[in-house]
Amino acid sequence: MTMQSSLDIQARSATTTPSPSVRHNAEVAKLIDESKCIGCKACQVACMEWNELRGDIGSNVGVYDNPADLDANTWTLMRFAEVEGQTEGLPFQWLIRKDGCMHCAEPGCLKACPSPGAIVQYSNGIVDFKQENCIGCGNCITGCPFNIPRISKKDHKAYKCTLCSDRVSVGLEPACVKTCPTGAITFGSKEDMVHYAETRVGELKERGFRKAALYDPAGVGGTHVMYVLKHGDQPELYSGLPKDPTVSPMVSVWKGAFKPLALFGIGFTALAGFFHYVTVGPNEVEEDEAVK
Amino acid sequence: MKYLQRYTEGERSLHWAVALLFILAALSGFAFFHPSLFWLVNFFGGGPWTRILHPFLGIAMALAFAYMAWQFWEHNKLSPQDSNWLKQWRDVIGNREDRLPEAGKYNAGQKVLFWVLIVCLATLVLTGIVYWRSMFPDFPVWLVRLASLLHALAATVLVIAIIVHSYAAFWVKGSLRAMLRGTVSEAWAKKHHPAWHREMNR
Repeated sequence: MTMQSSLDIQARSATTTPSPSVRHNAEVAKLIDESKCIGCKACQVACMEWNELRGDIGSNVGVYDNPADLDANTWTLMRFAEVEGQTEGLPFQWLIRKDGCMHCAEPGCLKACPSPGAIVQYSNGIVDFKQENCIGCGNCITGCPFNIPRISKKDHKAYKCTLCSDRVSVGLEPACVKTCPTGAITFGSKEDMVHYAETRVGELKERGFRKAALYDPAGVGGTHVMYVLKHGDQPELYSGLPKDPTVSPMVSVWKGAFKPLALFGIGFTALAGFFHYVTVGPNEVEEDEAVK
Repeated sequence: MKYLQRYTEGERSLHWAVALLFILAALSGFAFFHPSLFWLVNFFGGGPWTRILHPFLGIAMALAFAYMAWQFWEHNKLSPQDSNWLKQWRDVIGNREDRLPEAGKYNAGQKVLFWVLIVCLATLVLTGIVYWRSMFPDFPVWLVRLASLLHALAATVLVIAIIVHSYAAFWVKGSLRAMLRGTVSEAWAKKHHPAWHREMNR
């Protein structure tokens, strides 16, 4: 999406100086209550409609997931997991998770991106890709702990859920939230959403889901898309939602300590050469003396 | 003054082709290496063009280098006395060459450079392929992460090695001539590469 002038920028890819940030935007969050989801995919349709996305017609791969994976035209996707024997009295469960960008407080994509301003994090917490600055390298995929960004085959730009930053900036809720018929997706300030999630977790526990929990993983500084999970102790059950996601240490080293160290090493070598020349001096041959 | 032939036209052309491709690959790679260097994309037509060109420049450099390495292979085999040469690095940088073991066509430092370049370029090509996303199918993400880190590491070592190589050519007077015009003076050969000098005059 293009720049939303009413949203301030908290972090900007490949940028070492502060971005416009004098205004204050309250931190927002989308809460997805998996226990209320009926798998109708209205959110997927709303996302396509609002964002004008039309993917190619795919093929049935034998499960309800359609399309089979996120792609440049599919920014949110219902993933259906069939689980047996996890809860007493419930021999079979269908765990449905709305997959998409988690809008991490410490986004690995933004850290890995080499192009200034191709990824921004607004002060309200939304992480947005600015395709006009994207060079198509795919480092965002390398940095993401949730396997979300996708490069388009058509324009070689990276795409993902924007958390409807265009709608949010003018005071509307994201399209998926607006359309959800069961109220499984809610949107508001992060504080309110955490509070509401705690209430829901309490209700689920009373209903016998003793391990129900809020998914707001601390490894990425918390997220601005959160889940209420019936099986909060086993997020992996939900089509491989990572239990303790973090930005890979390899990405942190590559994009963190290594770069200044490498530049220092290169600069140091060049300077060492210069000072060697002005102190020890050139290695010359005395032509007349040597040649006999 | 008598001159000895050190490099043929073909060898010189190949060396400078590798050198020019190195400069282009390095500048385009540096653009993505640190935010403070992103402006380098302007030399290549902007961010997307730099991303498109960098791997081709790198592959071209690696192929040209591979051919050059194959030609120079024989003279770069390490010998037992090379380790003594390396141990006396203080005499090397102190211009006290007379105390060093006699060098053949290449001294131990040049040989080490040769092998460092081979390792770096092989690493750069192999790791670069892993995240050349527009050309190859997706590799497992853990491998891409490892490859990204190793690519940056190998590139850094390569750039440092080339700085050392360039400085040595400038520092040891009479060396540049070998790669620019193909010849070196007899006195130069006798002082810096005595074993090669004897061989050439046999």
